[in-house]
Amino acid sequence: MSSTQSSISRYSARRKDGVSRGIRESIPERFAPYVYIAPFFVIFAIFGLLPLLFTFYVALFDWNPIGDHEFVGFANFSRLLGDSRFWNALVNTLGIFLISTIPQLIIALFLAHLLNHARLRAANFFRMAMLVPYITSVAATTIVFAQIFDKNYGLLNWLLSLVGIPDINWLATNYGSWVVVSVMVIWRWFGYNTLLYLAALQAIPRDMYEAASVDGATGWKQFQHITIPSLRPVIIFTVVTSTIGGLQVFTEPLLVSPETGLTCGAARQCQTLALFLYEQGFGQYAFGYGSAIGVVLFVIVVVIALINFFLSTRMKGGQ
Amino acid sequence: MSDLRPKTDTVSLTVPAAKRRGSGRVGRVRWYVYLLLVLAVVACVFPLYFMFIVATTDTATATSLPPRLIPGGNFFALAAHVFEIVPFLRSIVNSLIVALSLAVGQALFCSLAGYAFAKLRFPGRNVLFTFVVLTMTVPAQLSVIPQYMIISALEWVDTLQALIVPGLASAFGIFWMRQHISSSVSDELLQAAKIDGANSWVIFWRIVFPVVRPAAFVLSLLGFVSAWNDFLWPFIVLKSPDMFTVQIAIKALQSQRNVDLGLAMSGAFLATIPLIVAFIFVGRRMVAGIMDGAFKG
Repeated sequence: MSSTQSSISRYSARRKDGVSRGIRESIPERFAPYVYIAPFFVIFAIFGLLPLLFTFYVALFDWNPIGDHEFVGFANFSRLLGDSRFWNALVNTLGIFLISTIPQLIIALFLAHLLNHARLRAANFFRMAMLVPYITSVAATTIVFAQIFDKNYGLLNWLLSLVGIPDINWLATNYGSWVVVSVMVIWRWFGYNTLLYLAALQAIPRDMYEAASVDGATGWKQFQHITIPSLRPVIIFTVVTSTIGGLQVFTEPLLVSPETGLTCGAARQCQTLALFLYEQGFGQYAFGYGSAIGVVLFVIVVVIALINFFLSTRMKGGQ
Repeated sequence: MSDLRPKTDTVSLTVPAAKRRGSGRVGRVRWYVYLLLVLAVVACVFPLYFMFIVATTDTATATSLPPRLIPGGNFFALAAHVFEIVPFLRSIVNSLIVALSLAVGQALFCSLAGYAFAKLRFPGRNVLFTFVVLTMTVPAQLSVIPQYMIISALEWVDTLQALIVPGLASAFGIFWMRQHISSSVSDELLQAAKIDGANSWVIFWRIVFPVVRPAAFVLSLLGFVSAWNDFLWPFIVLKSPDMFTVQIAIKALQSQRNVDLGLAMSGAFLATIPLIVAFIFVGRRMVAGIMDGAFKG
């Protein structure tokens, strides 16, 4: 049957070639592209778009998991704005985002620069090693780092004690627990970003470095005047992905210590927005209030996307 | 030893072609470059090594100071204990089912969609593709509550399809495959096949997919890794220990951390080791795939 079909389409192709390109394909062929892209759109509609829209709806209700709900208008939002736990989670999220993203991208840039040598030995070994943290699960990573940062038996406090620094109870304070969570985030992602930067670096024509060498520009000058400018697009990309990732930090603060649970400590030292959302939604069964947190997260994402759009168009305009 | 060679610029001219092909900075690689890179490698690998040490010792040794840096002999006893406390074998099977389904599903659906966006002409193509790209910037996490409500309405709570179906086609995968298909499949070839009467489905399987199979394979690897390591969503939808994936099993073990630290570490180690072993074989292709991605220049 398919041979009949194809011979028809071949026939019609010959007959109408150059006359009306648009209708020379048989009807199933015209719909084929839509069939190929359909799986994504169907899945996204059900598990992505619908929940997103539904978040806005549920946020207007007092809604429990059994399905009982009562319309409360914007009460969830006004309660959220007056909720010190929300502001705490927001500050924690931004704090962790800042002290994880900035060092992470600087380390990645630096390592990519080191790896970007035409004559580096064992280059593949180094590149593969950079990906090891990425393939290790957050759950496993977190247990290890919790042990390294343990206040009594931790490796880090022991090392610090060798130089006379008394034991630090890392998880007891906001800043301390941000450091612990950020170290885990940095560890997991710096290698992946290194490879992205390295790929962009290798796309820079070699003659540029050769010419710079001839002109007497050394390592740092080359880095400043060749490397950084060529990396602008990929730097923007990694900043955006790290930002989106930073807003979603969840597993690290949840598992960093089994005693602290959903609040990441008695004083909510490292409770992030994602963890606060989970606590309200699935710990307290307040689906409406939890969804309101989701809406706020969405607004933050949109604001960041707009800032990014603004910055990247401005950079393009400047070049 | 290397001093026997003259240290002039002619050295770089006599380097074999294979070594010169690599791009990047020219000139000698200084010793401190290696030193810093080795430090970075140690930073990447040490936590795993530390995990292994704790997973091989009893709690008393694991918490003694100075910390032990050589593995002990307790690993098999602890590993056996892991399998007693949680149905860990079952968790590994569950994780394998989910990760393999997603690896295969993403390779298939994303390749097909990537092909449509890269090579087929149809009304709405650009708008739809822009939409796909935009969906990447919205974190799925912010709507986990309604997602759970939908899974609940489908009566999929505590099932593996709740983990598989929502991830079968990813925007990232479509973007990735489209990029590879547009750059590595020639339009002339497709045109010739079309004139020969092949329809788009035949063209996809006979011409497009064989060409981009390496890219689809790397996409599968990335899909496998992220499914294997996923935590939040399985944590929300899985309820009974028999349905747990390995990551959730680790969480269950971890709640016993105060009882036995080595136990949680053994679980973590057992959950990590399959990926590490696989990585030794496919790591090079994964590195090449990530670097080959869309973000050059």
